[in-house]
Amino acid sequence: MIVVENLYKSFGSTAVLKGISTSFDKGKTNLIIGQSGSGKTVFLKCLLGLFPYESGSISYDGKIYADLSEDDQRVLRSKIGTVFQGSALFDSMTIAENVKFPLRMFTKQSNSEMDDRVDAVLKRVELENAHNKFPSEASGGMQKRVAIARAIVNNPSYLFCDEPNSGLDPKTAIVIDNLIQEITSEFNITTVINSHDMNSVMEIGQKIVFLKDGYKAWEGSNKNIFKTDNEAVTNFVYSSELFRKVRQMYIDND
Amino acid sequence: MFLKPTKWTVMRNLIFRDIDDLVIGSLGIVSFISFFVGGVVTIQTALNINSPLIPQYLVGYATRQSVILEFAPTFISIIMAGKVGSFITSSIGTMRVTEQIDALEVMGINSINYLVFPKTIALLLYPFLISIAMFLGVLGGMAACYYGGFTSVSDYIWGVQLDFIPFHLAYAFIKTFVFAFFLATIPSYHGYFMKGGALEVGKASTTSFVWTSVVIILSNYIITQLVLS
Repeated sequence: MIVVENLYKSFGSTAVLKGISTSFDKGKTNLIIGQSGSGKTVFLKCLLGLFPYESGSISYDGKIYADLSEDDQRVLRSKIGTVFQGSALFDSMTIAENVKFPLRMFTKQSNSEMDDRVDAVLKRVELENAHNKFPSEASGGMQKRVAIARAIVNNPSYLFCDEPNSGLDPKTAIVIDNLIQEITSEFNITTVINSHDMNSVMEIGQKIVFLKDGYKAWEGSNKNIFKTDNEAVTNFVYSSELFRKVRQMYIDND
Repeated sequence: MFLKPTKWTVMRNLIFRDIDDLVIGSLGIVSFISFFVGGVVTIQTALNINSPLIPQYLVGYATRQSVILEFAPTFISIIMAGKVGSFITSSIGTMRVTEQIDALEVMGINSINYLVFPKTIALLLYPFLISIAMFLGVLGGMAACYYGGFTSVSDYIWGVQLDFIPFHLAYAFIKTFVFAFFLATIPSYHGYFMKGGALEVGKASTTSFVWTSVVIILSNYIITQLVLS
């Protein structure tokens, strides 16, 4: 479980995160949503330790990150798997080498043990025959699946995904969403997804944190987002006619 | 760069890969340029000796001194700032743009150590490249004499051996080690700390070439003043 308390972050005189407090549950897909410029990417990068923050705290299973020694922070980071928006695969390595990379860096496994693990995770993301391809030879959906495989290969406790289905066709986006949700419950990972894809919100948003102008404007699940009368949420989530109709149908049937 | 070092088994492979990319991969262009510039230096020296009082073996002597003292260490380093420097800046800059450096940091890897240290170690072999440049430069001069008939080969060889001061070689290699450090670190800095997209990667490569060249030229002046005067 990740607990965030009163997090403030600014760039120069511009405050981006203005006292955010929330928690992300273990074994659940937690979504951060909000308009462009609402601070969700900065929030995710603070959670990842890529951006220092001015005040507040972030704790991972009871350990406050800022209070840990540098070595302990490094150990904690090795338990984090990350899927970046552009996949961030290493161009100079094949798909198998990309997935193997965290094992080579953080474990003392033999080559054959690492190869077995790589085979297993690539099979899990349905990429059994892509070992020797380079990232440039893979489609966007394949690259995302490789990024997920690399993120989970070291049995992480936390999985962070920055807009994992951006740039993907709707069908592939659903495949990626489902894969993340299955992996989250299968390995009991605390998963945090940064998204503005409303399909993801409806499908896999077991917990949703809505940011607006650097504040947490709302939090709940994909069940109660249909019923909320929070104006900021309804203006954002139900901005399209289609989603307004879906919401009305859900309320009528409930 | 030296804190939180990368696992040795991984680092070893990175160093070998960078030796291949930066040093071995530059052998062709360095050999080509050295051979022909050595020839041009010889031709120009020969053509500018008008007085019959100046002995012909001076052509070999002048070529050797030019190649060992300046051409091989400095001129080749400027070329390498373009070839190797822009390669380093663009490869690290692209990693920055595509969040690959963020991915390393999130994993708890010291990305500067992972990316810059192997290049710095690989370029410790840079003097090997410069010694080849020296040899081929002098050889190119001899070929120019042979095929152009500017002076006899025996006079040229005599001139090359004349008044040889071994300390000049030491001076050249001291410079080379310093330039190698700049060639690894300045382009890495420009790539690592760049911001923006693909266009900025190109701009960072150009800026890194300019700054590496400026620093090489300035340090060349300072080292020459300190060591030879």
